[in-house]
Amino acid sequence: MSDAAVEARLSTQEEERDIKMRARGVSVFYGQKQALFGVDLEIPRHAVMALIGPSGCGKSTFMRCLNRMNDTIDSCRIVGDVTLDAEDIYDPAIDVVELRARVGMVFQKPNPFPKSIYENVAYGPRIHGLVRNRQETDEVVERSLTRAGLFKEVKDRLHEPGTGLSGGQQQRLCIARAIAVSPEVILMDEPCSALDPIATATVEELIHELRENFTIVIVTHSMQQAARVSQRTAMFHLGNLVEEADTDKIFTNPEDPLTQDYITGRFG
Amino acid sequence: MTGFLLIFLAAAAVIAALVGIRRARRVRDSAAVKTHSRPIYHGLNAAIWTGVPALIFLILWALFKGPIIDMLVLASHPGAEALSESEADLLLSEIRQVAAGTIFKEPTPEVRDAAVHLQFLESLAVWALVAVAAALAAIGAYVGFRVVKTRFRARHSVERSITWFMLFSSLVAILTTAGIVGSLLYEALAFFAKVPIQEFLFGLRWEPQIAIRADQVAGQGAFGMLPVLFGTFVISMLAMAVAIPVGVFSAIYLTEYAGARFRAVVKPLLEILAGIPTIVYGFFAVLTVAPLIRDLGQSIGINASPNSALAAGGVMGVMLIPFISSLSDDAFAAVPRAIREGSFALGATKGETIRKVLLPAALPGIVGGILLALSRAIGETMIVVMAAGLIAKITANPFESVTTVTVQIVTLLIGDSEFDNPKTLAAFALGLVLFIITLGLNLIALRTVRKYREQY
Repeated sequence: MSDAAVEARLSTQEEERDIKMRARGVSVFYGQKQALFGVDLEIPRHAVMALIGPSGCGKSTFMRCLNRMNDTIDSCRIVGDVTLDAEDIYDPAIDVVELRARVGMVFQKPNPFPKSIYENVAYGPRIHGLVRNRQETDEVVERSLTRAGLFKEVKDRLHEPGTGLSGGQQQRLCIARAIAVSPEVILMDEPCSALDPIATATVEELIHELRENFTIVIVTHSMQQAARVSQRTAMFHLGNLVEEADTDKIFTNPEDPLTQDYITGRFG
Repeated sequence: MTGFLLIFLAAAAVIAALVGIRRARRVRDSAAVKTHSRPIYHGLNAAIWTGVPALIFLILWALFKGPIIDMLVLASHPGAEALSESEADLLLSEIRQVAAGTIFKEPTPEVRDAAVHLQFLESLAVWALVAVAAALAAIGAYVGFRVVKTRFRARHSVERSITWFMLFSSLVAILTTAGIVGSLLYEALAFFAKVPIQEFLFGLRWEPQIAIRADQVAGQGAFGMLPVLFGTFVISMLAMAVAIPVGVFSAIYLTEYAGARFRAVVKPLLEILAGIPTIVYGFFAVLTVAPLIRDLGQSIGINASPNSALAAGGVMGVMLIPFISSLSDDAFAAVPRAIREGSFALGATKGETIRKVLLPAALPGIVGGILLALSRAIGETMIVVMAAGLIAKITANPFESVTTVTVQIVTLLIGDSEFDNPKTLAAFALGLVLFIITLGLNLIALRTVRKYREQY
């Protein structure tokens, strides 16, 4: 089969299965050390995909390939293809700034800027020129905070520092900040690991609602969380993708014994 | 003699420590109950008891021996009670010289007797010192060994002694500062008794060239500090105009853009700037920069003074670059990586991240650095003594020559005028003003830096 035919078949498949992002043969090196070994993974549109696996298995590294955050690490080198809507994101013609506006990210530890709540959310829309005046900015800030389920709690103190919020509120502020630039994909790197169970429940509920409009990839160490929020789950181990399937199947009938051991808590 | 005593005391303390440890080991091994402190603490306790009381005695002795002997010698000299203070001083130094064997003129029998008496007292003092110190050490050692028992809390005792020592150390610094402020204040008040304080604070004329002898022909003199203070202000502003942009931008480049190798070379080089003695900067300002500015000024039709404010201020600015750049560097480096990534993940460019996130976050640290550099600029002496002028005038033209507070202090104190002359005393008043300004700036700087620590 010719390359063109392969492309054609893949793109029709993409339409059938509605693939938002696709990684093919992605390997990552930190200096001499290889952290990821030829990962192939498809990320479905408007769904939540969970990446699970023991610490150091490469799931965060893989996720950081999806918005080229690994570019910010000097010693990091990436081979393989990653596409967003069938477009190669490592193509030299792609502007990484534009890419990151389309693929947003929420980090493990809440990292609000040392600015006011309002400025935290308005930051992204302003740098991308999505808002032209104060009124539009107000609207975007309110809409984003509302969607992140934070507006009611902070509407009277929008101009107080974002760092003064509780951990769970800070994380929702970071989510609001990410959705303020209207990304297509949101990457979440263990977004609840620094939160208490109540704040975790709030964020999980939020992820559930965001799924309607966004494609979400979430790295998590909690099996229960993966089972609760995701539709697809990918299991990583020692830099390899071990298994990838519907979440229901992974948690009830995994094919790989490694996955079986991991989800039942026999290692990891 | 005191040196030998100190060595002897140190040796005694070490021996006491070793003996104490051995005794404590024996007590520990023989006792059925558990000892409270480990042997090392019993040893240290014995050493402290042996060394410290004798050491305190030594210090007190050094402080009070001289005056007491002087008093006794004077008392032995007939008719000394009738002498005034300075006459008594003169007599004492004569007696001392005779006792030391340097005789300028034939001494009177009374002086000779007093000198013999002085020699006797001196040798007595030495023996008394040795005897008392040895006795104190021996008693201390005895007490230290006596308390080596199972339940004695030697650790608590040692720790308390160390706490006292730390308190003493911190008091030394504070008391010295208080002493400096006190002496400054004393002289400044003496100045304000001669020159009204409002004239000093708000006067617009600074002409300290007053007559220092009654028969000298000189000006009336005026002590208004504003022109001098204004000169300091102009030169400091010129210095900051150089140091702030260069320092902050180099910090931004080094933390955010430079590669690891470039940074490893340039950062230490920048720090070398901070190690150049200010007098060398002074040479540079006088011999290289000032003529350059004058020539440049002439070529574009500006009449520049040979010791222009620009030369002194500019070179001072170069001196302050490492201050600002290294503190700003720290401030940028202290912004967590997570915050940078948060900004990049929103699609911000490096420039946007620096301008809108890092700079505001690092600003308190940068401001702290700037304020510290400013207080250095205001107090800087050597560069301005060499490169700035002496005539006090209020001008904002950087090509003219101005004088600064520090320059005036130096010129006022050089020369041999009396210490109760307003000209000399004015130096202390200026010093007090300088102290208050830099103290204020340092307080503000420390506060901003502390606030910045609470940021993340």
